[in-house]
Amino acid sequence: MTDSSLMPLWEVFIRPRNGLNHKHVGSLHAADAKMAMQAARDVYTRREEGNSIWVVRASDIVASNPENSDENFDPAADKVYRHPSFYDIPDEVGHM
Amino acid sequence: MYSQGLIGANTETEETQEFLDAFQARIDAEIKIEPNDPMPAAYRKTLIRMIGQHAHSEIVGMLPEGNWITRAPTLRRKVALLAKVQDEGGHGLYLYSAAETLGVSREQMTEELLNGTAKYSSIFNYPTPTWADIGAIGWLVDGAAIMNQVPLCRCSYGPYARAMIRVCKEESFHQRQGYELMKTLAEGNDDQKHMAQDALNRWWWPSIMMFGPSDTDSQHSDQSMKWKIKRFTNDELRQKFIDATVPQAELIGLTMPDPDLKWNETKNDNGGYDFGKIDWDEFWKVVKGHGMMNKDRIRARKKAWDDGAWVREAALAYAKKNEKQHSEAA
Repeated sequence: MTDSSLMPLWEVFIRPRNGLNHKHVGSLHAADAKMAMQAARDVYTRREEGNSIWVVRASDIVASNPENSDENFDPAADKVYRHPSFYDIPDEVGHM
Repeated sequence: MYSQGLIGANTETEETQEFLDAFQARIDAEIKIEPNDPMPAAYRKTLIRMIGQHAHSEIVGMLPEGNWITRAPTLRRKVALLAKVQDEGGHGLYLYSAAETLGVSREQMTEELLNGTAKYSSIFNYPTPTWADIGAIGWLVDGAAIMNQVPLCRCSYGPYARAMIRVCKEESFHQRQGYELMKTLAEGNDDQKHMAQDALNRWWWPSIMMFGPSDTDSQHSDQSMKWKIKRFTNDELRQKFIDATVPQAELIGLTMPDPDLKWNETKNDNGGYDFGKIDWDEFWKVVKGHGMMNKDRIRARKKAWDDGAWVREAALAYAKKNEKQHSEAA
């Protein structure tokens, strides 16, 4: 599937500031990691969008298949007992 | 396989009525469509055409303005114009990336631009002979683009909507710097004021044509509205743009080149401007490649692409060599 004459695709993740997660912001094409990093800095941080960049080769990302979404994610829907509000405790207890 | 995984992959979906109904129900429920989700072939095709055209417009749009960077009259104007043109390059990238998630490659899109099968906004086929044109482009062309792009932030296709949010955020300075430039000229001496008015005279009609053919003649509008790719029709957006822009011209003492332009209190719900007849023959002439700058623009793009070929090849060869050495060492 990967045509070697094509510029590889990279996904770019930026951390807006310390204390926050890196978040996917977009993608770009570059021959190698160093050039991907430079391009990500030029394109995605022109307005102080962050202080840290990750670039990941898109072909290295393993993604779940949307066709399997039902069996992957529906089972969580009927498990309300995983949430604190499922349990009855006396009001007098206050915050718990 | 966020996006490139789709290139060349089998994206065919069996389009039974049940599938199409379920897809429409999803759209109606405002659930965004994401890259690897099943979608009707026509939805994919429409988006590839639309996002591709949009991306090409950003890239070609750098040409008429880039022309003026070295001749900007002050450093303040020069840094603004540089930053704006750099933004347009970035916007092209966000949009190409969004289109790629639908399974088309960057190389293929570039090829289609250069061989003329893909279109870009006709507005960029007009020349920029004076400095005031830079003001007119920022104020009117970016203004019209923003009017069009704000509703696209709610487009049903996730990657396009996300790209648009970023573009809109960055683009508001483009319009403001253009308007400020025009205002400065309009407040200047007679020659400067004349230059501003002349630019407005040349850019006004092409700007309002940017919204595309009238709803009665637009071949793509209905289905795009149904799929919530577009949220407003061409004519609705054009009217909003005219209503917003006419008072801006009045405020800086410039006159719209349309003798039929008149406020009509009874138009739509809150009133609106009546305006003269749009010369659609001119629009189609430019779309079909006979504008003043069509050939120049494509020639410049082709030259940039061809001249950059050895850089791309060298970068790839270097990356491969390093990878090989790395794996041999390991």
